[in-house]
Amino acid sequence: MSLPASSTPEQVRAGGALLDVNNLEVIYDHVILVLKGVSLSVPKGRVVALLGANGAGKSTTLKAISGLLRAERGEVTKGSVEFKGHRVDRLTPGELVRLGAVQVMEGRHCFGHLTIEENLLTGAHTRRDGHAQVQRSLAMVYDYFPRLKDKRGTQAGYSSGGEQQMCAIGRALMANPELLLLDEPSMGLAPQVVDEIFAIVRTLNQRECVSFLLAEQNAMVALRNADFGYVLENGRVVMEGVAAELAANEDVKEFYLGLAAAGRKSYRDIKHYRRRKRWLA
Amino acid sequence: MSELQFFAEVLTGGLLSGLLYALVALGFVLIYKASGVFNFAQGAMVFFAALTYVGCLEKLPRWTGLAADSVLLVWLALLLALAAMLLLALAIERLVLRPLVNQPPQTLFMATIGLAYFIEGLAQGVWGANVRGLELGIQDVPMDWVLDHTGMIVSRFDLFAAGVAATLVTGLALFFRHSRVGRALRAVADDHQAALSVGIPLATIWRIVWAIAGFVALVSGLIWGARNGVQFALTYTALKALPVLILGGFESVPGAIVGGLIVGASEKLAEVYIGPWVGGGVESWFPYMLALLFLLIRPEGLFGEKHMDRV
Repeated sequence: MSLPASSTPEQVRAGGALLDVNNLEVIYDHVILVLKGVSLSVPKGRVVALLGANGAGKSTTLKAISGLLRAERGEVTKGSVEFKGHRVDRLTPGELVRLGAVQVMEGRHCFGHLTIEENLLTGAHTRRDGHAQVQRSLAMVYDYFPRLKDKRGTQAGYSSGGEQQMCAIGRALMANPELLLLDEPSMGLAPQVVDEIFAIVRTLNQRECVSFLLAEQNAMVALRNADFGYVLENGRVVMEGVAAELAANEDVKEFYLGLAAAGRKSYRDIKHYRRRKRWLA
Repeated sequence: MSELQFFAEVLTGGLLSGLLYALVALGFVLIYKASGVFNFAQGAMVFFAALTYVGCLEKLPRWTGLAADSVLLVWLALLLALAAMLLLALAIERLVLRPLVNQPPQTLFMATIGLAYFIEGLAQGVWGANVRGLELGIQDVPMDWVLDHTGMIVSRFDLFAAGVAATLVTGLALFFRHSRVGRALRAVADDHQAALSVGIPLATIWRIVWAIAGFVALVSGLIWGARNGVQFALTYTALKALPVLILGGFESVPGAIVGGLIVGASEKLAEVYIGPWVGGGVESWFPYMLALLFLLIRPEGLFGEKHMDRV
C-alpha cells in the first residue's frame, strides 16, 4: 500500500500522525548544538525514511524521540515530541516502550552473552499481559525470522551480523510496538541480507500494521521501501516528500544516490549548490 | 589416625571454609554481572552489615526495653541490619551509579574505591571502632556423629556456615538463570544502553542487585564476624575473594562456588603438606599464587565468559 502520488506532507499530517516531532533542538554536553529545529511526522501505518550523511543528526533525532539521548548527556532544549497525541519528550525509554514505541539502535546491540531466545524475551520485559501472550509474540517473531528459530539456543554474540540485526528487530517487536525506530538497519550487512531485512520490514508494516521511522545512509534501499522521506543536513530538514518523488528528485539523486542525470557534475557546482540550498533552508 | 583419614579431614575443613570464600565472592559476582564493575566496596559492605547487626543488638535493649537475652531482639536486629543494607543500596544507586551512567568501567571502579572508604568511615562513625564478639548460637565444636563414625573432626559451625552459603549460592544461581528479573540483570550486564532501549529500567535493576549484594554481605558478615569477631579486619575478607574470582571467573555464580572450594581446599592442603618444608605460613599466600598462575593460563577463569569480539 503506497500513498497516492498527489498527497502532500500537509495532507499526510492532517490524516492523524502517530508520531509528531515539532521543531526539535538538541544540545550535547551543554555546548554542541546537533539538531536545529527538526520537524517530522510519521502517519499511522506508514514507513518513513530519515536520510542524510554522517553526522546530519539522524541518530540524534531517533534518540531524542526514544529518550535514549539523556543517557548520552544530550538534552532536548526546544520543541516537542508527541506520540499518539501525548507529549513524550519527558518520558523514560521504558515508559515510551510501554506506550508502544521502541528503538532498535544503530549497531544492533544484542545482548552477546544471552541466547537469541533470551534476547527476544528481554524485549517483553515491560509487558504485563502474561506468559501466554508473550509466547504468542515469540512464535510470531520466529514466524517472520525463521533464521532466529534455528539459532534460538546460541549466544547472540556468536551469530552473524544479519542474524543480530534480525534479533534486535525481533527483540523490539516482542514489546508489541506500534512504532519502531530503526537506526541504520543496513549497516555493515551484505546487500542480500539488507534486502531480506527490508522485505520483512515491509511485511511487518502491512500485516501487523507496525509503523516505522528508519534512519538510513543507504538512501536508495530506504526510499524504495518507504512511503515518505525526510532529508536531514546539519541538524535541519532540508527536503521532505513522498518517497517515490524524493527518489526521482534530481538533488536527492545527486547527493544521496550518487546518480546524476547528466553525467557527473564538478564538485564546485555541488558546493555552490549546497551553500545556496542552506541559505534557502 | 591413618594418613588418608587425616587427608580427608583437612580436605573437608578446606572445602567448608571454601564455601565461605564463595559467599564473599558472590557479592562481587552479582555486582560485576549487573554493572560491569568490580565493586571495591564489597568488603566495606560486609563490615558495615556485621557492625550494624552487632550495634543494633547492643543498643536495642535500651531503645525498646526488651530483655537483653530475648530472641525477639535477634530478629529485630537482623531486620534492622537488613533495612540498613537496603537503604545503602538505594543510596548508592541514587548518588553514585545514576550520575555515572554510560561512563567507562574504570570510572565506576574508582567510584567504588571512594565508596569503600566512605562506608568504612560511616560504619565506625555510627557504631564505634572497638572489636566486638558475635554469637550466632552455634558452637564451633566437632560433630559427635562424624567423629564417632569416621574419626574425623568436622566443626559444627563450619558445617552450618557451609550449608547457609550453599543454599544462598544455589538460590541465586537459579534466580539468575531462570527468572524474568534475572534475565534482565544479565541483559543489563551485557549492554546498558540496549537494555534501556527495550525498556528495562536500569535504576530498578541496579537497586535490586545492590540490595541483593547487601544481603549477601550481611550473611557473610554475620558468619565471618561470628568466627573472627566483628572488627575492621572484616573488610579484608574481600581480599580473600579476589583469588576466588580469578579462578572461577568474575561473572559466574557457579564459578564463585567452584573457585571458593578450590581456594579453600588447596590452601589448607598446601599449609599441611607444603608448610613444613618452607617453614609454614603457606595458607596466606598460596591462593594468590594460584590466582597468578590462572591469570597466565586462563585469564577469564574456569567459568568466566569468554571475551567476544566480532571482527
